[in-house]
Amino acid sequence: MTMTQKILAAHSGRENVRAGELIMAKLDLVLGNDITSPVAIGEFPKFGRKHVFDRGKIALVPDHFTPNKDIKAAAQCAAMRSFAKEQGIANYFEVGHDCGIEHALLPEKGLVTAGDLVIGADSHTCTCGALGAFSTGVGSTDMAAGMAAGETWFRVPAAIKVVLKGWPRKWTCGKDVILHLIGMIGVDGARYQSLEFSGDGVSRLSMDDRFTIANMAIEAGAKNGIFPVDEKTLEYLGEHGARPPRIFEADPGAEYSRTIEIDLGEIEPTVAFPHLPSNTVRVGDVGDVPIDQAVIGSCTNGRLSDLRAAAEAMRGKSVAPGVRCIVIPATQRIYLKAMEEGLLKTFVEAGCVVSPPTCGPCLGGHMGILAKGERCIATTNRNFVGRMGHVESEIYLASPAVTAASAVAGRIAAPPSASEEAGD
Amino acid sequence: MKTYKYGNDVDTDVIIPARYLNTSDPAELAAHCMEDIDPGFAKSVKPGDMIVAGRNFGCGSSREHAPLAIKASGVACVIAENFARIFYRNAINIALPILECPEAARQINPGDDVAVDLEKGEIDDLTTGRKFLAEPFPPFMVELVAAGGLAAYLKGKRE
Repeated sequence: MTMTQKILAAHSGRENVRAGELIMAKLDLVLGNDITSPVAIGEFPKFGRKHVFDRGKIALVPDHFTPNKDIKAAAQCAAMRSFAKEQGIANYFEVGHDCGIEHALLPEKGLVTAGDLVIGADSHTCTCGALGAFSTGVGSTDMAAGMAAGETWFRVPAAIKVVLKGWPRKWTCGKDVILHLIGMIGVDGARYQSLEFSGDGVSRLSMDDRFTIANMAIEAGAKNGIFPVDEKTLEYLGEHGARPPRIFEADPGAEYSRTIEIDLGEIEPTVAFPHLPSNTVRVGDVGDVPIDQAVIGSCTNGRLSDLRAAAEAMRGKSVAPGVRCIVIPATQRIYLKAMEEGLLKTFVEAGCVVSPPTCGPCLGGHMGILAKGERCIATTNRNFVGRMGHVESEIYLASPAVTAASAVAGRIAAPPSASEEAGD
Repeated sequence: MKTYKYGNDVDTDVIIPARYLNTSDPAELAAHCMEDIDPGFAKSVKPGDMIVAGRNFGCGSSREHAPLAIKASGVACVIAENFARIFYRNAINIALPILECPEAARQINPGDDVAVDLEKGEIDDLTTGRKFLAEPFPPFMVELVAAGGLAAYLKGKRE
């Protein structure tokens, strides 16, 4: 069995599962946000239960349209808040109170550990695969079913094995690795399957890099992305007070639908052009692409190491005239650390605006919506038509370093030393 | 009934843009369904019409608002070469009829009059006279759709 299959088997009380089988499996955590939870809360009574299956195994995170962007958004958050209160849900996180973007928040709060089975009514729930958990996005009805019953159905996925080798270069980070992979296999390249990462290159990726990579597994259509558990994982889980890990490893003879080898040393900073994350181009081959806005944040790249990389690319420089650069730390804790490290000072002095934690512009909610014809480079995860605003606006996806360097240059640009390396 | 035809990788952001996700009222969602890929859709779609599309229909966000918007628009069935997995799951869970049939998805033309028999998976293009057979659902999903969605199915199973 693959690593994913072993976790699914363990949660369905079975010795073995096979790709394609339908199983019922027990859930360790059910997640929802302010967009998806209201629909789930509306569906919940239809399941014929008065109470959620376990008040400690549900997480409700208002992060998409928060701080409330308008009256309707406020009503959605209010519905979520009162459901959390009425059900006694322990893990409801109020704006400002140690809250943040759900996929950055759950690991930070130690709510997910290795070997867990997590569903979340948000497609980027796959982020927690970085911790060696099976974590997957579902819809609101599934979330309601999970809250009611504590179990749900799964079709056991086949898997693609992604073997990471070598050492990443100075400015190459998790974002470049996952954009590179999506560029290779396409936005449906892993549809219905797991992306199982392995190889000696994994140990050279930070936990933040792994979160970014697992986060965008969905952008290749994957059901989940998952990393093996190593010392870095255990250290992270320990530091964040997670429950004791259950470590699963793929069998040496596990079957994969495909094996892909990637040499981290050959990956250059990568940019995905509109309107699919698979339209990737090496930053050196981008050409002249002037920008109106740069966004550094999101569940993909709003973590501390992302902000450090962006600040390093920006320190002592200024955002180009006419460009708006919006920096969004993913959680309150990251915000505070970025403040203590002086990163926020660097951003503000460079001419960026620093936003409170929110998904905000990533999905075209608020805090940086694009007008007709405007162009944005962003560390976010999707560059679909109209995703960040007007249907005739454009989004280019890139790493924090490339996005910050681009904000300074006023056009898509490589971080300084990367362009020197490339000899431009 | 009339067919609306789209290409590959139709994402949930164009099916229902996030700017309308501050509500989950099906009628409000339907008023903006497909707005960023086909601005005329919401005004012209009639109950019983079909959506036909290429690969990976419904990719991207997990928003159940996407199949809800399509269902509330009166669309009788979405036929695609294949579906993104969360959309597939959501459609089944809310009992929006969907069929996977690469031949039908390729050969049905925009505007064709199409009829489907969901139980048999038969797709009839009445305009061209072509007939297609979709992939059958696993029995579990047939039961789930027949029950009217996941809530009714799980409740029925317990009782």
